[in-house]
Amino acid sequence: MAGSTRRDPLGLRRAMSDRLLQALIAAMALLACLGFAAARGVEALGERWRQGAEAAVTIQVPDPTRTRIALALGVLATLPEVADANPVDPDRLAELLRPWLGEQPNLALPGVIEVRLRNLDADVALIGDRVAEAVPGAVTEAHGLWVGRLAALATAVQGVAYAALVLVGLIAVAVVAVATRAALIARQDSVAVLHQLGATDREIAGRFSGRAMILALGGGVAGVLVAVPAFFLLARLAQPFGGEVMAEALSGLPWASLPWRDIAMVPVAAGAIGWLTAQAVVRVWLARLP
Amino acid sequence: MPMRMEPSGTVVRFDEVGFAYPAPGGGRGPEVLRGMSLALDDGSFTWLLGPSGAGKTSALRLMHAALRPTRGAVEVLGVATGPAARGALPVLRRKIGVVHQDLRLLPHLSTFDNVALPLRLARRPEARVAQEVTEMLTWIGLEHRAQARPEELSGGEQQRAAIARAVVSRPALLLADEPTGNVDAAQARRLLALFAEMNRLGTTIVIATHSEDLVGRFPAPMMRLERGRILDHDE
Repeated sequence: MAGSTRRDPLGLRRAMSDRLLQALIAAMALLACLGFAAARGVEALGERWRQGAEAAVTIQVPDPTRTRIALALGVLATLPEVADANPVDPDRLAELLRPWLGEQPNLALPGVIEVRLRNLDADVALIGDRVAEAVPGAVTEAHGLWVGRLAALATAVQGVAYAALVLVGLIAVAVVAVATRAALIARQDSVAVLHQLGATDREIAGRFSGRAMILALGGGVAGVLVAVPAFFLLARLAQPFGGEVMAEALSGLPWASLPWRDIAMVPVAAGAIGWLTAQAVVRVWLARLP
Repeated sequence: MPMRMEPSGTVVRFDEVGFAYPAPGGGRGPEVLRGMSLALDDGSFTWLLGPSGAGKTSALRLMHAALRPTRGAVEVLGVATGPAARGALPVLRRKIGVVHQDLRLLPHLSTFDNVALPLRLARRPEARVAQEVTEMLTWIGLEHRAQARPEELSGGEQQRAAIARAVVSRPALLLADEPTGNVDAAQARRLLALFAEMNRLGTTIVIATHSEDLVGRFPAPMMRLERGRILDHDE
């Protein structure tokens, strides 16, 4: 008892409720973790899609003689919007199609040229027309453009996720500020007595900010503990979009791909927000005293 | 208690001091202290007398650096409180003991912890805090009430606890505002003897009261206030 009052002369353990503030900070921490998960997950998907979008255009050349392929490559080389054009190895193509076509050694497969564009907004129809003029029957497909648009969407979603994180941080600041102000009002007479006895602003603000930091840190840890299972569930659901098979066992989940550093930073950030906000609120309040 | 210290000069100096509280609608209200000039020597004992509203409490708060003058100059323990940086005042306040009229004990702390506050603010080692607070509570007759909270104490016990908190750090200056207001005559005499003992040991003491009876029991220099002005000051 004597020890606790020595450390807590303002009685902040009672004045600064541990339950409500910690619960609210835990909710903020959970949202922050989910925000990080969304941002990092979308970033990874977007990156994968972006890589796919680089091969934005494929050109199929029926009757793929060496001459016709060379002719098509020659036309593509003259187009400024084309960054790169490479014929797909016929053996690799046959391997890719085997699940659908089976072993069909006599089936005449078209030659395929992967085209990387300098700019995804380039007019693909024009490229197709130029190639078809030189190589009759050549067909151009621009499936990668949709992937590019998806990648752009992913970038936008990522931006929204980071904006949501900032908003969560601001709400956490507001929650701590309200709790600190309520505790100040509850203990204003005691604060005035300490001030009159010669306590400095740093000493008084330190009492509040220490308490706020402990509560926010605890809330942050609780939020992370709740977030991690949800985070794994989302990671598992997102696996197919990354070209992986959905894991059935915990060991199959993408443990290494989780943003552990971000997760670890959430309670630390919560504690820092608690400390800094309480310091600011109390010091502004104390500035009114002589 | 420490050995008596030799007086070394003026502890409190007011020079044409005026003070007005902020008005509710902004700006300043009428002056509650007007043109006060005084000098209290180190080791002196002064009665601050006057009817309610004369300005006694405001004068004490100026001496405690809990207020700054709106005009004139106040110097306490060598610090000019008017122009002093805000950060310089806590150090000054730690050298001043104050007994407020409304006592201002912290309700959630025990008597022991209330009395220990100034020592803990001064970061004294806890073993020394325990020793000095116990000595002080024994001296003031509250050793058996050390763990009681203020609400469990009688009015007189609360008054003594407030006085113990004011003097436990052996301040250079002790300011008391109606310190015997809540106690009976016997208790008042006991508290007065305590102040006299502290003064004998070297503490400069200013006691505000409107009780002429109390003053009669301990003859000392008197400063009489009326409507914010010093009527007379015998030294």
